[in-house]
Amino acid sequence: MKGITMLKPIGLMALTAVVLAGCASGDETALDQPATTETQPESSFTTGSGSSYGEAEARRLEEQRAAEAEAAAERSANALRNERTVYFEFDSAELTSRAREVIRSHADYLVANPGTRIRLEGHTDERGTREYNIALGERRAKSVERAMMLRGVAQNQINVISYGEESPVNLEHTEEAWAKNRRVVINYR
Amino acid sequence: MKRFLLLTWLLLAAIPARADLNIVIDEGVSGALPIAVVPFKTSGQLPVDVTALVAADLKRSGLFDPLPQDRMLAKPSRPEDVQLQNWRAADVDNLVVGEITQVEGGSYNIRFHLIDVYRGKQVIGYDVPATQNGLRSGAHRVADFVFQALTGQRGVFNTRIAYITANGQPGQRTFELIVADADGHDPRAVVRSGEPLMSPAWSPDRRKMAYVAFDDGESAIFIHELRSGVARELVRKPGINGAPAWSPDGSKIAAALSFGGDPEIYVMNVDGTGERRITNSSAIDTEPTWSPDGQKIAFTSDRGGQPQIYEVDLASGDTRRLTFEGRSNARAQYSPDGKNLILVNLDEQGYRIGVQELDTRQMRILSRGPLDESPSFAPNGRVIMYARQGGQLATATTDGRVRQTLSQQGTVREPAWSPYLN
Repeated sequence: MKGITMLKPIGLMALTAVVLAGCASGDETALDQPATTETQPESSFTTGSGSSYGEAEARRLEEQRAAEAEAAAERSANALRNERTVYFEFDSAELTSRAREVIRSHADYLVANPGTRIRLEGHTDERGTREYNIALGERRAKSVERAMMLRGVAQNQINVISYGEESPVNLEHTEEAWAKNRRVVINYR
Repeated sequence: MKRFLLLTWLLLAAIPARADLNIVIDEGVSGALPIAVVPFKTSGQLPVDVTALVAADLKRSGLFDPLPQDRMLAKPSRPEDVQLQNWRAADVDNLVVGEITQVEGGSYNIRFHLIDVYRGKQVIGYDVPATQNGLRSGAHRVADFVFQALTGQRGVFNTRIAYITANGQPGQRTFELIVADADGHDPRAVVRSGEPLMSPAWSPDRRKMAYVAFDDGESAIFIHELRSGVARELVRKPGINGAPAWSPDGSKIAAALSFGGDPEIYVMNVDGTGERRITNSSAIDTEPTWSPDGQKIAFTSDRGGQPQIYEVDLASGDTRRLTFEGRSNARAQYSPDGKNLILVNLDEQGYRIGVQELDTRQMRILSRGPLDESPSFAPNGRVIMYARQGGQLATATTDGRVRQTLSQQGTVREPAWSPYLN
């Protein structure tokens, strides 16, 4: 309930409604929400009290919200693009849903920047024979390459190399180490 | 053997191996055979303890149990000085006595006699010349003679091994291709690199080594002349350039190349010309190995789902699957007689080295796992060397009775046993 009392000094009618809603729900997650409520007071206001503003104003708010959403998407795309490694299951070159998200953000960037080139480096864990793992690492890197090309990246922007199990990031012999080592690294050149 | 001037010096030298000993070994039923290697008489201090090396070689084979020197009642160096009852009392079947003399120019002569204690006869006796730096090699040759006389099989004590080492933390590792004596002595770096080195393979004349190296995002197969140190690039194509394997006559190399989209087995001349594709599947095909007659290539493929060993007849192109045991099988090598395959078998006990008889398809597991790999036959087909988790090398006799570990600082892997030096 502490989080809710913090909102009071703003002292608007609509906010009172929010406070009441918060109290009524009795939901402890309300403690996490003040920040969002504070940054978007207008949106709470419009939804809370109907059409007390003109249509122009509504449009302005709509555009603002779209811009914010776009900025958020941009931020999250940047965050995804900061991820340079995608991980795989044992003896598999299937892309996980997380890997697909990361690959998509890199692919979009590469489509927008056709002069940019990358190297996809495939790796495996230490299980299995070494030359087979070279082949498995290549299969992983190629499945990333294929996903990027399906999104429009040109083949000449992508180089593929497999190091198999020869370049682990974790030298231990544990499940955790193996999970870290089964990867494709996206290397901008 | 022609290379070395050997003087057989008693008629008995020609006596073939004893049948009873052969039976014991072939059936693998009992423990090691007791033998005594009596300290060879020397004049002055030698740079190498030849006797200890001979005893260590024989012990390492798993077939012999050398008597400790402190349990020897006498230390004769000539057959006429041997009191047979002393050795019979010590339950020793065979006895090696000898003498090392310095000859002009700083070379040595190792004269030895192998004596059958119960028959009271010399089995063989030789003079083995050794250069000043060749005493170790001379000692291994003595052990080879004794081994062959008593087992009927050629010894591998005077062969060499190649392997890869990796040292340092991720991101700053150093890789080396090392060549050493078969007992691990005198390791020398042939190649050093900041990027991975892989898959060393001896040429049949053991003068060259093929291997895979990486640099700046590309891989290539190199052929390295060991004496001159000159390395030549055999193939560097987009994608994988891996798993080189020499044909038995040394004229061709089989390799896995993926420039066509996925890894396939190719065969090419050692100068890189005459490239010919051998496999054609959308799966992984890699790790080729030649049958000793050069007619077939076995390889790893996951065309059936899991990796298994397949064999292709080079003349007809007919391909058949060879392995069915366990969950998967990979990285095969034919035995020198062509009757068996060693490979890496995966089942619920992990990755272990197996030997499969080609006729019967019977598989025996030779190692304990859980992460064994890279098996390589000694040229006599009796012993294999492989790599274990944690970066050690190990040997096992193909009868499964004897296993040994060879370790070194850092990670040691991918052993390749040299052919004989003919």
